[in-house]
Amino acid sequence: MEKRAHFSGWTLPLLLILPQMAITVIFFYWPASQAIWQSFLREDAFGLSSEFVGFENYLALFEQPEYYRAMVTTIIFSTLVAFFSLSVALLLATQADKNIRGGHAFKTLLIWPYAVAPAIAGVLWIFMFHPTLGTLARPIRAAGIDWNPMLNGNHAMILLVLSATWKHISYNFLFFLAGLQAIPKSVIEAGAIDGAGPMRRFWTIVFPLLSPTTFFLLVVTVVYVFFETFGIIDAVTGGGPAGQTTTLVYKVYADGRLGGDLGGSAAQSVILMVIVIALTAIQFRYVERKVQY
Amino acid sequence: MAGVTLDTVRKIYAGNVEAVKGVSLGIEDGSFCVLVGPSGCGKSTLLRMIAGLETISGGEIKIGNRVVNQVEPADRDIAMVFQNYALYPHMSVYDNMAYGLRNRKTPKDEIEKRVKEAARILAIEPFLDRKPRALSGGQRQRVAMGRAIVRKPQVFLFDEPLSNLDAKLRVQMRVEIKRLQKALGVTSIYVTHDQVEAMTLSDKLVVMSGGQIEQVGSPSEVYRRPETRFVATFIGSPPMNILPGKVEGPGRVSVGGQVIAVTDMREGLTPGSSIEVGLRPEDVQAGSAPGASSLAMEVDFVEELGATQLFHGKVAGTDFVVQASTGQIGADTRKLTLSIDPGNVHLFDPQSTKRLGRV
Repeated sequence: MEKRAHFSGWTLPLLLILPQMAITVIFFYWPASQAIWQSFLREDAFGLSSEFVGFENYLALFEQPEYYRAMVTTIIFSTLVAFFSLSVALLLATQADKNIRGGHAFKTLLIWPYAVAPAIAGVLWIFMFHPTLGTLARPIRAAGIDWNPMLNGNHAMILLVLSATWKHISYNFLFFLAGLQAIPKSVIEAGAIDGAGPMRRFWTIVFPLLSPTTFFLLVVTVVYVFFETFGIIDAVTGGGPAGQTTTLVYKVYADGRLGGDLGGSAAQSVILMVIVIALTAIQFRYVERKVQY
Repeated sequence: MAGVTLDTVRKIYAGNVEAVKGVSLGIEDGSFCVLVGPSGCGKSTLLRMIAGLETISGGEIKIGNRVVNQVEPADRDIAMVFQNYALYPHMSVYDNMAYGLRNRKTPKDEIEKRVKEAARILAIEPFLDRKPRALSGGQRQRVAMGRAIVRKPQVFLFDEPLSNLDAKLRVQMRVEIKRLQKALGVTSIYVTHDQVEAMTLSDKLVVMSGGQIEQVGSPSEVYRRPETRFVATFIGSPPMNILPGKVEGPGRVSVGGQVIAVTDMREGLTPGSSIEVGLRPEDVQAGSAPGASSLAMEVDFVEELGATQLFHGKVAGTDFVVQASTGQIGADTRKLTLSIDPGNVHLFDPQSTKRLGRV
């Protein structure tokens, strides 16, 4: 059954969508159009003059080895974060879905990290893993590992993956839990009577039935890693050491704000915009169709 | 195949709620046993304990000669049909039916043979490639039954399998379940709150209330000789009329001063003590007949059921319903004389609510 609100005039509906539209236009469409325009300009470092250069910024970008390195870094980073945050969240959700004592407190606590601002999360992790100050870095170093995320790119990446994953588990956990609770109990019970053990039930019944949720979360997580980990990267590694943890988004900031190359930076953001539009389009297409069944 | 034996089975939930209070029951091999009762009477809990989906708080459940208290559902050799069908939504009809066999490492050609056979019996062959969501309620129900029968289990368990279907389909599926069970000869335990389903399907009818068994017997035994007032009013539609009465002497009771004769009456009841008199709406006749007692009834209104009519009114100040073939009694009748066959009177103790029949 479809329920629709009927408005007699145009004034009220227009008034109701006006705030949303205003915010979207001012904070999204306007800057986006500015970025597109700027990506075709070359500006001097002081912002005093600019000239139209066509696609030159894009061409210059594709000739930079650093750009491809940032791309690879982003892919590695997002793959790792997506894999760990999805699998850990799913594991926690399956446990929280059982009837356990204190389950409510457990669920609430698991959601808390989501409320922490990315930069603060980054600072927390750096405090724990700073090579000289870190409370957790000391035992690692004592164990004979030369732990130093300030100098070792792999260590820096591990630290970023840890903090970005930690922060995103909450979100994925919530959706997985809701997804699990939406599976009728009797279907699982039917599986048990049909002779499937707990593991087999999970992989042949629960996991396939969760696939729409998993897919949705995969896209959301990738978008998260692409765009929202900026705060964490900036606080933890600043893109270093030697640009080894510079992702595509961080490079936009590094080239534009720090490097003063506004045109090149704008070109990068336009490419990112295309990527996010593509991801969203895929998501809408498949979520609407309900993956698998 | 095997029978099922329950010995003082209990279920106590957290918070000391006793859902099943020591139920003992023997279900013979190959019989169709129906557990019936109002919601919350513990019938579904009992079935789920037999299935292994609920732990057993006390007592013993045996399938065949094996105690299954600690046995996993998968190893009890049972199959269950759920109220909401519980089909695997992401699998085709074929895979739904084959799932249990695959889990048991049945050879592929054997699986195919059994699924095809079940599909033929249930007339769902054209749908084998479809997903459950592309099927109607009745078709899904058939698939759920197909999933049960391909396994060739010792016992079938049915948990209100027809309550999600519309009235017409329910009658049709009821007949099919009965026919199928007779053909396969598998011991079946069926839970329902619908007394018509219970009467028509069962070889052995178990009426439950408040976590306990009220009566066990064949449908006609339960209908003809209800052991408690609860059973008397639960089985039969419209329900049995219960009138407050008094013991007059051996074989005689009175309702509002009108004396009626009773065949099935406990001996040695104190004259003058109060007693409950049960009369089924379909067991009383209009008019006076020789040798029968009679009761006066005031009619309030008439319900039309087509073939029959229900006359609602009062006998000695208590609500009373009479069922009569249409046309037998004038629809505008306001006062009725009812003739009562002594064999159709049921007596109950007002305190214990137990039947006061001959021992």
